[in-house]
Amino acid sequence: MSLLDVRDLSVVFQRRGERPFTAVDKVSFTVEPGQTVGLVGESGCGKSVTSLAIMGLLPKRGNKVTGEVLFEGTDLLKLRPDDMRDRRGREISMIFQDPLSSLNPVIPIGVQVAEVLERHQGRDRKQALRESRDLLDAVGIPDPGRRLSEYPHQISGGMRQRALIAIALACKPRLLIADEPTTALDVTIQAQILTLLKQLVDETGTALVMITHDLGVVAGLCDTVNVLYGGKVVERAPRHELFAHARHPYTHGLLNSVPRLDSPRGERLHAIRGSVSDNIPWVEGCAFAPRCDNVVDACLEGPPPLEPTATGGDLRCNNPVSEEVAAR
Amino acid sequence: MLRVIVRRLLQLVVTLIALSALIFIWLRNLPGGPVEALLGERATPERRVLLTKALGYDQPILVQYGKFMQRVVTGDFGNSIRTGDPVTEVISRAFPATIELALAAMIIAVGLGIPLGYLAARWRGRWPDNLTIAGTLLGISIPIFFLGYLLKDVFTQNIHWFPPSGRLTTGLDNTNVTGFFVLDGLLTREFDASADALWHLILPAITLATIPLAVIVRITRASVLDVLNEDYVRTAEAKGLRHRTIRGRHILRNALLPVVTTIGLQTGALLSGAVLTEKVYNWGGIGTLITDSISGGRDYPVLQAIILLAALVFVVVNLLVDLSYAFIDPRVRVR
Repeated sequence: MSLLDVRDLSVVFQRRGERPFTAVDKVSFTVEPGQTVGLVGESGCGKSVTSLAIMGLLPKRGNKVTGEVLFEGTDLLKLRPDDMRDRRGREISMIFQDPLSSLNPVIPIGVQVAEVLERHQGRDRKQALRESRDLLDAVGIPDPGRRLSEYPHQISGGMRQRALIAIALACKPRLLIADEPTTALDVTIQAQILTLLKQLVDETGTALVMITHDLGVVAGLCDTVNVLYGGKVVERAPRHELFAHARHPYTHGLLNSVPRLDSPRGERLHAIRGSVSDNIPWVEGCAFAPRCDNVVDACLEGPPPLEPTATGGDLRCNNPVSEEVAAR
Repeated sequence: MLRVIVRRLLQLVVTLIALSALIFIWLRNLPGGPVEALLGERATPERRVLLTKALGYDQPILVQYGKFMQRVVTGDFGNSIRTGDPVTEVISRAFPATIELALAAMIIAVGLGIPLGYLAARWRGRWPDNLTIAGTLLGISIPIFFLGYLLKDVFTQNIHWFPPSGRLTTGLDNTNVTGFFVLDGLLTREFDASADALWHLILPAITLATIPLAVIVRITRASVLDVLNEDYVRTAEAKGLRHRTIRGRHILRNALLPVVTTIGLQTGALLSGAVLTEKVYNWGGIGTLITDSISGGRDYPVLQAIILLAALVFVVVNLLVDLSYAFIDPRVRVR
């Protein structure tokens, strides 16, 4: 049994007087214990909404979540809110993009770590603070004893994200969802944080769902990668497979648009033309068709199905990039 | 922190000196005056001149002000022209009554306002919210004296739940310790007096509380709505914390900053509202003293002292508000 088995997860936002908007469209993927899985795509492709739906953190009103989120066999979407509350922070944790705004500005760091232990492990404040000190130490925050009584604005951005990681891993959860954890950080700090995450999930056996638009992050971290476009999975492959020969034109375009040190001087950066459109995706064909170089007639007739590939992945494309081009 | 307090206290002194000069000059330029009030309309010009001289009002205004300030620094605000009693005594009789009323009103406004504002925010756009918003609109727009007479009419004439006026039932014996009658009763174990004072206090306090209550509800609601969208509230949810913890520690603590500011600013409204409320319920506090001192012949010494006192209260309350900031928000502490 997979640790996390997401089946046909859909999230439809519906506001009075507006057309319903499908942010996540029948997304399915699995995460095995200890595995690191990437959800990749550009802004608006539904990756953050997917993670919030798994966590049960979407607003109570204005959206409809369907499908199944099986966590060790239990459908999280069917849990009573209080039961889900008992699991969040204990079995499933999440870290967010902006470490400054994700920490409460008026509460000392120590308390923000300790309160998870108090809630889920039944520790009293004193004991929880002592453990928080060790947790901060484990995520590489210098002088952790002093940090306990400091406030978020008094420490650096990298340290804030470390503190959030300490909070998320405090109860040794089975699954950690990281939603663009390095986007708000300096490049040098990004690498440190990724290394730390990798090391911690390896040590604790925590499975990691890495949500990112940065293929560099994927390359260094993920075992399996799900590429999302317009709320649907368009390609899924083991990491090496994906980087060696991406078949979907979107994935291919993403890989090509990564600047390379070995490219000839003066060569222009490759870009995927257009942008994520506001059309309702996937109704009148492939949502990527308007931006695709490989478009064929079938692409405009209906959404292509997600089909297994010969190399052990899945692909949703009528006219994939040929093996030879992909392997270039 | 100490430096901040000292600096603010110095600012307070400067404010009060400037204000005292303004009041002094302004009062003496009002038409009418104590001489006319004391002697009546048909007094001979000679007697007027004599009394004006005796009261010192013939001297240049700066000289008068100088003499006034000289006495003020020794704590002497002169005597009431109307009654002849020392001003400090007149005020210390009336001041606790107003403070008691204002405190009671503030307890109602804050005690009800913050929970109502929070609930309205959590139920945004649905009936509890709409009801609260409609209520605050009514609370802000209804004139105090109208509401005062309305409540008085309903609850003392039609249904006799509360006494119509005064601070205590006549004939009831109470021992005056602090001048706060509810507190005095508790201190001297005269619990019947305490209960009676509280019974008298309720209607005026509700009347005075309406405007600050409405304002606090609105500010709390807006502020909670802001905080609900903050990432750290989402983090708190992601930690699986209990509702109670998220509400108290993560939402309200952050949402209260603007509310605390409002509470400080509302003390000004409370002081002016007290004048009207006290009139309606014949309360016998500073508000009553102000109206009596103006209509009863421009009692300069009393008026000056009251206005300065009101300013002092306002500035001190707002100083306390600023200091409480540092307590609530660590980011203020550093600056």
